[in-house]
Amino acid sequence: MITLSHYLIVAAILFAIGLVGILRRKNLLMLFFATEMLLNAVNIGFAAVSKFYGDLTGQLFAFFIIAIAASEVAVGLGLLIIWYKRRGSIDLDTLQTMHG
Amino acid sequence: MFEAIAFYLFAALTIVMFSITVMTKNALYAMSALAAGMIFISGFFFLLDADFLGVVQIVVYTGAVMALYAFGMMFFDSTRDIKEKNPSKKVVFLLSGMTAVLLVIIVVAPIISQKVTPLYPMLENVGNAEAIGIVLFTKYLVPFEVAAVMLLVAMIAGIILASKQMDESLTLIEDEEIEKKAVQ
Repeated sequence: MITLSHYLIVAAILFAIGLVGILRRKNLLMLFFATEMLLNAVNIGFAAVSKFYGDLTGQLFAFFIIAIAASEVAVGLGLLIIWYKRRGSIDLDTLQTMHG
Repeated sequence: MFEAIAFYLFAALTIVMFSITVMTKNALYAMSALAAGMIFISGFFFLLDADFLGVVQIVVYTGAVMALYAFGMMFFDSTRDIKEKNPSKKVVFLLSGMTAVLLVIIVVAPIISQKVTPLYPMLENVGNAEAIGIVLFTKYLVPFEVAAVMLLVAMIAGIILASKQMDESLTLIEDEEIEKKAVQ
């Protein structure tokens, strides 16, 4: 029998993988992919809680998270393209322009 | 029984796909693995009786977001392997795991500690999409409209950012020239 904790454990594992990606990768495109993973892991958690407590609010919040992710991609990719046009690379280390 | 088989299958496939995305050096492989993982996550949603969310996951995430990434990767050199220097892997893995567990505890602790009563309960003989529509257009109408405006603003911002000075290559000239051109 699959219970709520099964789903929450899977969501936690996926979230951990996404966090590893965010901390490990230096490529900005990979960082965006890792962000999408985090959002998806949270969505699984929301949907699972929504089912096992018989409440629709979790599904609605997952729906809004998907809308936010879509708009984040639109703006983020535009910024990435501008950065790549200027610097010729999307490495995170090239972003360090303000050394103080 | 079948639910358990499906759950473990989707869990294993999703974890493998996302691990490939995090670990691979090739941006194209990472994007393909991420798209596959998104499809398998929609399987979770169908298992959880969230049919509408599963369909939205396929249509919006795998259809729109990944297509947008594929389009954006045309601007980048995606076939070249990514060179990265990573100082210490063990610390990164440890910190990620601990943070994830901590976040789950923070979210789950209030649910376990007190009795949760559904605010908008799932009704019998009402389909999932219909139920979501009823709640969305009665209780969450203002957030829905705000999300619509946000998507419009993001779309316009994306078009303006990506199409800025499209007629010239910005990598071949210096920053000062770009700023000079912007002033003119």
